[in-house]
Amino acid sequence: MSLSTSPLAIDARDVRRVYKAKPAPIVALETIDLEVAPGEFFGLLGPNGAGKTTLIKILTTLLLPTSGSAHVFGFDVSRQHAQIRRIMNIVSGGEQSGYGLLQVREQLWMFSQFYGIGAREGWRRVDELIDLVGLQEQRVQKVSSLSTGQRQKLNFARGLLNDPWIFFLDEPTLGLDVSAARAVRELVVEWKAAVPGRTILLTSHYMAEVEELCERLAIVDRGRILAIGTPAELKRRVQRESIFELELDRLDGGTGALEALPGVVSASVPSRPDAAEGQPHRTVIVNLALADDAALGGVVSALGGLDAHIVALKKSEPSLEDVFIELVGRGFEAPGEAQGAPR
Amino acid sequence: MTAAPSRSPYVHRPSLSPQDAAEWPARRVLVTNLRTIWGRAYPRVIGMMREPSWLFFEILLPFLTTSAFVFVYRALAAPPEYVGFVVLGGAMTAFWLNVMWLMAAQLYWEKDEGNLELYFAAPISMMSVLLGMAIGGLLMSCFRAAVVLLVGAVLYGVVFAVDQWFLLLAVFFLTLTALYGLGMVLATLFLLWGREAWHMTQLLQEPVYFVSGLNFPVARLGVLGAAAISVIPLAVGLDAMRQLAFVGSPETEGALPPEVEALILIAMAVFFIALARFLLGVIERMARQEGKLTMRGS
Repeated sequence: MSLSTSPLAIDARDVRRVYKAKPAPIVALETIDLEVAPGEFFGLLGPNGAGKTTLIKILTTLLLPTSGSAHVFGFDVSRQHAQIRRIMNIVSGGEQSGYGLLQVREQLWMFSQFYGIGAREGWRRVDELIDLVGLQEQRVQKVSSLSTGQRQKLNFARGLLNDPWIFFLDEPTLGLDVSAARAVRELVVEWKAAVPGRTILLTSHYMAEVEELCERLAIVDRGRILAIGTPAELKRRVQRESIFELELDRLDGGTGALEALPGVVSASVPSRPDAAEGQPHRTVIVNLALADDAALGGVVSALGGLDAHIVALKKSEPSLEDVFIELVGRGFEAPGEAQGAPR
Repeated sequence: MTAAPSRSPYVHRPSLSPQDAAEWPARRVLVTNLRTIWGRAYPRVIGMMREPSWLFFEILLPFLTTSAFVFVYRALAAPPEYVGFVVLGGAMTAFWLNVMWLMAAQLYWEKDEGNLELYFAAPISMMSVLLGMAIGGLLMSCFRAAVVLLVGAVLYGVVFAVDQWFLLLAVFFLTLTALYGLGMVLATLFLLWGREAWHMTQLLQEPVYFVSGLNFPVARLGVLGAAAISVIPLAVGLDAMRQLAFVGSPETEGALPPEVEALILIAMAVFFIALARFLLGVIERMARQEGKLTMRGS
């Protein structure tokens, strides 16, 4: 069966998950509906406690849904867990799996045995993956002596041992420093690009990471999917106007002439601190809100008539955080955002 | 879109679709589980070679306990067979300690380290993981037992009198099978009950030592000894092994004939392994239903 005719990589219908707890049960997932196509790089973006990990646990057969159904490549997570476990793998952020006394090479070989890979083939694949993730120098180092970033590279290599058709990454850069997080992201992208059809489900609360990596994403909060789409589609939900920042050499007579132009919703000159002590700026910044991008042509012509020259032009786009705020009415604090988040 | 096999180091995929890749013939399932047993035993075996401090903690220190009993029996002018009993018991203590302290706590520890979740997520039976743990531990304990037996026999002049070598070896291996079957059951119970099970083990350790007859023939305990023989593999195994290793001495009279005790051991081995399998099934169901057992910190 080719991938073009294969079932969805992920097909979740009305998935709900409630944890028993005292004094009251905790609803981790309200009704979740999700479709991910084979070969897609899909992200789940949401704050801590949004239900992302619960959904991943259900899809990786570690947890049963309280109600609803979920299928991975057509296999039911509740009944066909054996099949799903053969074609998937999972790597989580902050994972400390394995045995500290083993060397990097030995640890990976041990995990390769859990996927039935022959002993010799296992060693060969382990060496390849070690090279791939850049742990050559740590090949015979004890796992207990690895740094956090090296440890996560090791986890990533473990996750690739069975060459999964679907790879679940649960906050994979959590707690990593900037360069280690970047290295992990590059590995993910490289692995995904090597073979068409590889599917990745990534959960993260790092907005920039999701935006950088994912073709489509779902914004999740309090067990609900609030919106699904490409990053551009989601941003368009909050971008009702095209926002431009113009830097001009001069603008005599204020912004009145610009505001009168067709398609210009607003034009304003923001206040900004002096360039140097007591010295005014040599340029003028104008913030323009346009009904659409096409109105920019009229603005440029009009500026020519006003004898103003454009020094710089920048289009301002909403971030996924803006989308989240629009959807939820609040931002989400992501502890450690500054650590592993892409720059 | 078709995923064609490629020469990239990223690609090890012999099948063309996830549906093909997910269907494994029975032979592959079996081979994977056999490899899992060896894979999981590997860290134990490597650990034994890599951290030789265990030679001190696992052999020298316990040997002192055995020696203490030897000196007590000699001081009391006990029949010389008793020295042999103690040395044999000292050798078997290695397996008991391994089951109680390593095997039983292993799944609980694996959960804390985050390994248990990966085991559940892999296409393997948890029985294979437990068997791997058991075999790894068994190899280590066999070495320790052999050293205690050899050094004890040479140092204290123990003379073994064996008529039925085959039965003696059979009883030894049956004892280990039943004992590690019990260890697998304890491992699942530890995972289910966590600290409560740990405390319970500590509470029971000395009474179990006592009724197992590690340092004296359990038949001397009368009804209590018979009760121990009916539930503790070590007690019945040691009773049979003493009878078979010191033939002809009136001191070796056991609670039951060794042939009968061998049958009891077979029944125990089957029962404990079946119970462990059943409990693992329960655990996996609970893990998936309640989400507590496999997740760290839960």
